[in-house]
Amino acid sequence: MRLVVPLILLVMIAPIVVVIVLSFSSAGYLTFPPPAFGVRWYQAYLGSRDWLAATALSIEVAIAVVVLATVLGTLAAMGLARLPAMARLLAAGLILSPLIMPVIIVAIGLYYAFARFGLVGTPLGLVLAHTCLAVPFVVTSVGASLARLDRRLEMASLGLGATPLGTFRQVTLPLILPGVLVGALFAFITSFDELVVALFLSGADAVTLPRRMWEDLRYALDPTIAAVSTLTIAVTVPPLLWAHWSRRRSG
Amino acid sequence: MSEAVAPTSLSAKLTFNWRALTPLLLVAPLVLFLLVFYAFPVMAMLLRSVAEPTWTLSNYVALSGDSVFLHVFWTTLRTAIAVTAGCLLLGFPVALTLARPGRTASIALIVVLLPFWTSILVRSYAWMVLLGRHGLLNEALLTAGAIDRPLRILNTSIAVHIAMIHILLPYMILPIANVLRQIDPSLARAALGLGATPFRVFREIVLPLSMPGVAAGVLLVFVLSLGFYITPALVGGPRDMTVSMLIAQQVDQLNWPYAACLSTALLVVTLAIMALFQFAFGVGRALRVAER
Repeated sequence: MRLVVPLILLVMIAPIVVVIVLSFSSAGYLTFPPPAFGVRWYQAYLGSRDWLAATALSIEVAIAVVVLATVLGTLAAMGLARLPAMARLLAAGLILSPLIMPVIIVAIGLYYAFARFGLVGTPLGLVLAHTCLAVPFVVTSVGASLARLDRRLEMASLGLGATPLGTFRQVTLPLILPGVLVGALFAFITSFDELVVALFLSGADAVTLPRRMWEDLRYALDPTIAAVSTLTIAVTVPPLLWAHWSRRRSG
Repeated sequence: MSEAVAPTSLSAKLTFNWRALTPLLLVAPLVLFLLVFYAFPVMAMLLRSVAEPTWTLSNYVALSGDSVFLHVFWTTLRTAIAVTAGCLLLGFPVALTLARPGRTASIALIVVLLPFWTSILVRSYAWMVLLGRHGLLNEALLTAGAIDRPLRILNTSIAVHIAMIHILLPYMILPIANVLRQIDPSLARAALGLGATPFRVFREIVLPLSMPGVAAGVLLVFVLSLGFYITPALVGGPRDMTVSMLIAQQVDQLNWPYAACLSTALLVVTLAIMALFQFAFGVGRALRVAER
């Protein structure tokens, strides 16, 4: 037992460590341990217009998703708790369903519908689709913050003559801001890492970073992908660590 | 007098209605967005399974006798069962470690979360690198002299199982650890004080009380593995085709009615399993831990 758990943990972390180490290899092929270290695969990435264009598109789409999902999700989370029970159940069911819906079904359903309106192969199509997948994370995260909120503060503000909008801006929003930020972070990562929907909606003209990686993986295990993987880890993991620690500190 | 009263009561009524409507107005934009860009498109696609060539159930009748479908469905189900069992076996001991307070637990938690936060695509790529013919595992075994020729692991179902268990393990570990943390430690102390062996404490206190977490973890891992696409497509072989891969392939061939049938079947099985767990264990909380 003493040995089993460390061994499992080692196997869990090893693949990621291997990819990060390999990305700094000086060798032209995949070999471990690398004969020497270097940044040639990062140079290959930075020198490729395709890779950079895919990265830029992924970031643009993810930022648009963050804005849409955070606004829609935060508003909905605030309304959801005060809906009548039946309406709440229905709305929550719809909003949370992308969490369990097999993503291939969402992907082909949207592909089928978006193709008619010329949305396949456009960043807008990806933004709309990714927002549907990202919104459950915002609603659950903001919902958890709202559940901890002391409602008396809002009542005090209203009682002292503040408008509902002023109360929201000056009392509610600052108090639920951590939940909103964590939700926005999850929305960003959901879009940034998403592949299955992108496989169908990217077309030829809106190739995202995961889609570009997928295409490369089907041909060769080029170490450039190790460099790109390491970069995506560097983009997503530190903010999540921050969210993890800030949530723990606030209890 | 009545003229003076009427406007006041009217405005009071209006204000009241406005207040009652506020939650609805807050939820409405998102609900409309999801209906237009998610629910209606998916339903319209699923409807093609009964609407083509005309309104008919013949597509489903054909499905039950379709050997490709039956084979792929069975592979998917078998893989999901094996992956769930593997995750439970490996995840439970890790969850026990996470539930103990102290430094070890917080380090272990980070080790569990790091892969969890890395995209499925990157983790699948990592296993391609590790398990390939000239991959690290084969190189290490050859160097150690344990084997003479490289083992064929990549593009087999073993590779699919290994990679999927690795990817889904956190979904098993986190809900179980959550439940274990809430067990009152004085229960174990009392049992030990009354002369129970540590094994008996585990069997009669920890294990039964951990069941809600186990149920949530099993449900999550099982339901998620039913829909897997990327990982089996990258590390599996042609025989490891899952339902999701078959759906994608049929869409590529523009065979929409068949793809819609398959999607409906996959969705019905997923919902049936969730309903079963809800009925048997009341796992309403399972979705909450799906939050990363």
